[in-house]
Amino acid sequence: MNTLLEVTDLRTRFHTPEGTIFAVNGVSFTLHEAETLAVVGESGCGKSVTMMSLLGLIPIPPGEIVSGKALYHGKDLLHLSENELEHIRGKEIAMIFQDPMTSLNPVLTIHRQITESLRTHMGMDATKATQQAVHLLDLVGIPDAARRLNEYPHQFSGGMRQRVMIAMALACMPGLLIADEPTTALDVTIQAQIIELAMRMREQLGMAMIWITHDLGVVAGLAERVIVMYAGYIVEEARVDDLYEDPRHPYTLALLAALPRADRRRGQRLKSIPGAPPNLLVESKGCPFAPRCELVAEQCWAANPALRSVATDHRTACWFDVKGMQL
Amino acid sequence: MSSLSSVASLAADTLDAPPLSLGELTYRRFRRHKMAIFGAIMLVLLAGYAFIPALFISEKYANYTDTGLRLNAPSLAHPFGTDTIGRDILARTIYGGQISILIGITAAVLEVLAGILIGATAGFYGGWIDAILMRLTEAMLNIPQIFLLIVMAKFFAGGIPDIHLLGRTFSGSVLVIMMIIGLTSWPYLARIVRAEFLSIKEREYILAARATGTPTYQIIFGHILPNCIAPIVVTATLGVANAITLEAYISFLGLGVRPPTATWGNMLEGAYNYIESAYWLWLFPGLLIVLIVLSINFLGDGLRDALDPRSRTV
Amino acid sequence: MTRYILRRILQAIPLIFLLSVVLFVLMQNIGDPLATMGGRTVTRAEDRKRLERQLGLDKPVLVQYVYWLVGNDWTKVDLNGDGIPDTPGTRKGILRGDFGTSLISMGQPVLEVIWSRLPNTLLLMVTAEIVILLGSLLIGIYSALHQYSVLDNLLTGVSFIGYSMPIFFVALVSIYIFSVYFKRWGLPYLPSVGMYDPDVGETLGQVVSHMILPVFSISFISFAAYSRYVRSTMLEVLSQDYIRTARSKGLTRRNITLVHALKNASLPIVTVVGLDLPLLLGGAVVTERIFAWPGMGRLFLDGVSRGDTPVVMGILMLIAVAVVIFQIITDIAYAWLDPRIRYE
Repeated sequence: MNTLLEVTDLRTRFHTPEGTIFAVNGVSFTLHEAETLAVVGESGCGKSVTMMSLLGLIPIPPGEIVSGKALYHGKDLLHLSENELEHIRGKEIAMIFQDPMTSLNPVLTIHRQITESLRTHMGMDATKATQQAVHLLDLVGIPDAARRLNEYPHQFSGGMRQRVMIAMALACMPGLLIADEPTTALDVTIQAQIIELAMRMREQLGMAMIWITHDLGVVAGLAERVIVMYAGYIVEEARVDDLYEDPRHPYTLALLAALPRADRRRGQRLKSIPGAPPNLLVESKGCPFAPRCELVAEQCWAANPALRSVATDHRTACWFDVKGMQL
Repeated sequence: MSSLSSVASLAADTLDAPPLSLGELTYRRFRRHKMAIFGAIMLVLLAGYAFIPALFISEKYANYTDTGLRLNAPSLAHPFGTDTIGRDILARTIYGGQISILIGITAAVLEVLAGILIGATAGFYGGWIDAILMRLTEAMLNIPQIFLLIVMAKFFAGGIPDIHLLGRTFSGSVLVIMMIIGLTSWPYLARIVRAEFLSIKEREYILAARATGTPTYQIIFGHILPNCIAPIVVTATLGVANAITLEAYISFLGLGVRPPTATWGNMLEGAYNYIESAYWLWLFPGLLIVLIVLSINFLGDGLRDALDPRSRTV
Repeated sequence: MTRYILRRILQAIPLIFLLSVVLFVLMQNIGDPLATMGGRTVTRAEDRKRLERQLGLDKPVLVQYVYWLVGNDWTKVDLNGDGIPDTPGTRKGILRGDFGTSLISMGQPVLEVIWSRLPNTLLLMVTAEIVILLGSLLIGIYSALHQYSVLDNLLTGVSFIGYSMPIFFVALVSIYIFSVYFKRWGLPYLPSVGMYDPDVGETLGQVVSHMILPVFSISFISFAAYSRYVRSTMLEVLSQDYIRTARSKGLTRRNITLVHALKNASLPIVTVVGLDLPLLLGGAVVTERIFAWPGMGRLFLDGVSRGDTPVVMGILMLIAVAVVIFQIITDIAYAWLDPRIRYE
């Protein structure tokens, strides 16, 4: 498979009155064409910031992309001009966001919000764009598409709005779709529908996807590869089956252990991860997970383990070999 | 500040330090607001200007007319020049400052008292009391304040005789102006107070207080009011500036405080007839008005920032 | 939507009535119409009584109010002041457009008097409002897009100073610079008195050149305040999620700012602008005095100082009604612009 996106050592920081926030600390990964990559981690671990940095959507100031490369079809996204980035956003790389209510412009019609991409990037005229927009809404499962095209976001339900967002994102048939927790704000039943829709679209368009989520349950069945992030670092990276069957990082172990399971005994407590989310105001000297790790030892505080290979296509950032362990 | 809010949503809760008290947080934000500090300093200086030299220069001197010296340009003897009947302008700006500041503060106090009274009553009791009071408030807001002031100033003109206090004589019109400004400014604050009361009234801690039998006045003054102090303080502060400006407008139109009592506003009365020939007639009192209003605006903005974290920053 | 409009209009009617009552009560005490009308001659008690009866001032306030509202041509009044109402009245009341006659300008109907001055004031105010809107939009949007730049900080500072100045100070300073000093320096200077030069006549050019300084004075303060408001509104809008979405779609900055952002920002701005009318009117009073502009503001001042009650009442009533109507228009405009309200 061809490489679509190659990110190397991305570091993003924010300069605030309270100090510098080390949001992304040396993230590297590769994405192939038509491949689906899941990015997993708790709130604030840097998953969104990483992706937004790629598209130049981080407000600068107070943000700063300190270093890194992100090669997309040979071009380094992090060093493109705003103009050049505008040609890539929406057209080659599209993004959908978490809250469909606030992510859609309340005073513009859906028609406007879909067709403007088509007209800007594909040069379509008004009629053609409208036709295509109706087609798109049909595709994502909005009934009575032609009429609803002229409505406003508030006239749609939550799940419908997310479908509209997907339609908007896919309008120009991008090669890569980045989905930033698109189902977190939705009901569980709607969640399933949206995921199924995304998978269908992926099939039809042959597009690559990066799916950001904090929910390990969503990942299985959707992604081919997974990266697990913590405090702005990648702590484990593997093929999806390998991650579930053979987790190699204490954090991944903890996440898996925390999943509510149907086959647990009644009365058995849910296992949560002790401790508080990490303080991103300091660049950690040792392993960022040390304060909460059940397997922590001296060397974990002294130095930050780098990612190392532990199996084919499977890397982890831990001093120990936690193969076969269970929490 | 807009980019910071999105940063906050991107980064996790990061503070390990113990949480600051509300007072400390307020002070920190205020301190960061350099303009507000500047405003506060300017205000202290202006107040000093109005009151301290009065220890050396008597009011008699400020009112002393010497028509032989009329319309003199600024000189060493009269650093701000003399006015149309020979009075020293510098001295008059000092005493005028006292009256202007006094009027500003008193009118604002009146505005706050009336505004809280009406707004709280309307917001707390609701129903037809609210309906009547709000119709009245709306009616008053619909008439531009200056028009009301002009009419009331004319009506009450000469209504109150001169006041003799602390060995000085004040024209009764000072009280008149104070009152009418205060009595026409309350609708703005009343609306804000009412809105706050309406929303706070429904909160759970109020329901709890009522359930435990707390008497009404204690609920109003002890529970609800302290929670809407922020907008009241900000509006009151800006109300002082507003009152000083209004007094200036009214006096400028010839309906305000009557001479010989000086205010920064009435010193500008008729000054436009002398634009070409005697700029010092209007320049100095005018500048002082601009300075004090500016300082109050800075201060009020800083207070608003400090007291209301959700307020829009400019 | 139409229901909303109807509701607003219906709500306004009792308000206007209330306003008329408030103003009428206020006016009762404004001055002594007898003294105003009669000048110095009415001093004898009998004459005063007679005049009182003729003007209907001996009736209770409520009756006077009713006459003022709906006229007295449907009843008999005492026209010759002998104590016996025997002639039908001639007033139609304000509901039928009869605001009475001016006590000063020799019985000229109040509406006529106001009408002769109203267009001049409107000219100033409408122009000022346009200047304010355009100017503050331009500066506000620019400032929001270049937040914390040197120019932005400078503009913020100037705005602060600008809206701390009383109107007459702005007027005086601008007259001083553009009228007096320009003249001294031999530069083409701006006129500062009246609407046109009597020697040249009321030409378009004359009126325009005479309008510049007054319009500048009225608008400067509001313009300073609004550019800050536009700036902060734009900033708030620009930090919203849907702007992030728009950027992720690769739309041009221009599209994002002028369509996606501005359309949302215009909602609160419309509200604020709509409520500006009373302030502008107040400013007109002061400005017309300084620039000797023959408008309604001056008429009002003259009326008050000379006790011409009907004219003063007429102006106040008109202004109050205008403000109410303007508020309704603003509310309707807001409801129409915001699709969330328009299509419920």
